[in-house]
Amino acid sequence: MKRYLTLVPLLLIALLLAACAPKPTPTAPPAQTQAPAPTEAPTEAPKPFRVAVVMPSSINDMAFSQSMYDALVAIQNMMGKDRFEFVYSEGMFNVDDAAAAIRDYASQGFDLVIAHGSQYGSSLKEIAPDFPNTSFAWGTTVDTFGLPNVFAYEAASHEGGYVNGVMAALMTKSKVIGVIGPIETGDAKLYVDGFKAGVASVDPNITVNVNYIGSFSDTALAAEAANTHISAGADVLTGTAQMVVGAIGVAKDKGVLWFGTQSSQASLAPNIVVATQVYHWEVALKEMIDLIQGGTLGGKSFTINLANGGEVIEFNPSFDVPADVKAKAQETIQGIITGSIKIELPK
Amino acid sequence: MNQDFFSLTVLIGILTSGVRLATPYLYAALGEMLGQRSGVLNLGVEGQMLMGAFAAFYVTYVTGNLGWGVLAALLVGAIMGLAMAFVTVHLQAQQGISGIGFYLFGLGLSDLLFQKLIGTVRTVSGFPKIVLPVLGQIPFLGEIFFQHNLLVYLAYLLVPLAWFLLYKTTLGLKIRAVGENPQAADSLGVSVARVRYFTIILGGVLSALGGASLSVGLLNVFQQNMTSGMGFIAVALVYFGAWRPLGVLLGAWIFSMINALQLWMQILGVPIPSDIAIMLPYVMTILVLVFAASRTRAPAALTKPFTREG
Repeated sequence: MKRYLTLVPLLLIALLLAACAPKPTPTAPPAQTQAPAPTEAPTEAPKPFRVAVVMPSSINDMAFSQSMYDALVAIQNMMGKDRFEFVYSEGMFNVDDAAAAIRDYASQGFDLVIAHGSQYGSSLKEIAPDFPNTSFAWGTTVDTFGLPNVFAYEAASHEGGYVNGVMAALMTKSKVIGVIGPIETGDAKLYVDGFKAGVASVDPNITVNVNYIGSFSDTALAAEAANTHISAGADVLTGTAQMVVGAIGVAKDKGVLWFGTQSSQASLAPNIVVATQVYHWEVALKEMIDLIQGGTLGGKSFTINLANGGEVIEFNPSFDVPADVKAKAQETIQGIITGSIKIELPK
Repeated sequence: MNQDFFSLTVLIGILTSGVRLATPYLYAALGEMLGQRSGVLNLGVEGQMLMGAFAAFYVTYVTGNLGWGVLAALLVGAIMGLAMAFVTVHLQAQQGISGIGFYLFGLGLSDLLFQKLIGTVRTVSGFPKIVLPVLGQIPFLGEIFFQHNLLVYLAYLLVPLAWFLLYKTTLGLKIRAVGENPQAADSLGVSVARVRYFTIILGGVLSALGGASLSVGLLNVFQQNMTSGMGFIAVALVYFGAWRPLGVLLGAWIFSMINALQLWMQILGVPIPSDIAIMLPYVMTILVLVFAASRTRAPAALTKPFTREG
């Protein structure tokens, strides 16, 4: 009996953790949002548009999740704090937890619930029909499941990848370039394929070594992949997803150039980051919000790209990008926007 | 394929990577081994590593001093170990469950502190690479073994130290006795609780150092859940290494070398899908565990709380 009693403090600890940990608490709203204010005194002011988002990693991952967080902040600045509110659940690697959070948010009456991660798709497909008056968004994908209240969004990450590839090809001296990706699918694969096409467009004889490390979180393995690329002769690296910060650290140590994607990574290593393809999801989100306010709850898919300003190539201000490289990059961006450059992706 | 798979560059690359990658596993697994030899299974290693990684990173980030950073990791590791020892030895809680509790605690708290105190991914300048005089100049071997940072060397130094502690000192004898037959040890006047407190706290300290070897040694960044399962692999490596320091070293090497090998396989364009390559180290771990299970025996009192009879 005594032995079981000792489990009590343990349980308490476990509960405490659950309360402390910012990750698995889908209902904890961040500071900038009030709890769903119930029936305020009727005022003239219109109700704020309320968005909830569930994302796989943390809002400061310098990659996928941060790109969404930054977009929501941008929209809030655009619309005003009294017109736009958002809450988020971050670190939802576990799909079941994410599904519970999505359902929670939906039943709390948010106007738009965003499932920011392709792994959440099957959960969303089940949940969305139960809340016909709530709008959902799922990324990154083009699939709305044919449901009237689901939007889909994705990034044409191959476009920025192509531009990065062109610049990388112009800047490599060893003619070997290393790429680090998480899993060979989705946004990552699209970026990597675009990057390879960009390199090949400049010089098909440059070797592009690609390494998928099988994880979105294994920073150490990403770092070792970078080491391996450098041993194999690479003097320019790129990579996608949140674990690449490990690789950027190695690149910084060894003085090897880095091209980023998703969120701006220049602050991590100002001396070696050349440019980053930065996602501006607000381009797609703004359209969604307009549609929802006009009564359309879903059924449409959005792609952010260079042409619509959803993807921007950000040059690192502290890195002296050679003028000819910059010019070629601008030319490539224009080419992609006008359609004179067609990116051939392997099937 | 631009390089021959069996070229010297590749071989040296794999071995160097393997030696480096093994570092955090070595710290954590050696600490875990000492705990298990005294009869305590600690599944909280991963949480201790994360807390150590964060403490070392944060203090280094704020003070700019790596010494303080490592000291902070040691301290945090000791506190985590003390808490674990209190729960498992004093309160005699079920070890597996409480270990998982401590894992989740470390995972959550390190992330929370990271968000509150630092906020975004940042870098520090960590331990620099030290090329050892003379040894570092040896062709091939020098590059593989003697051109690493201080925390890598320390990890390897711990292997003979752990062996010495375990087999050549009275304390080591007590640890083993407490892990095999606590009743007998107790009747000979050995304090089972004290020995277990010692090994668990030491384990916590080593795990935290393992975390620090990542955050201020190999990577020089901190990120939520940056150990991503290393602590659990470390527990597996203890079984893999049959509870012996040399076995643990061998296990850590095999695991890390295969990981390094699969990175090279992809770069060299060996025609297998990346998903298969990524699985290799884990498949290997399971296979060896299956074989190891049949030829070795765990410490007899492992996971059993000790209560004095009578």
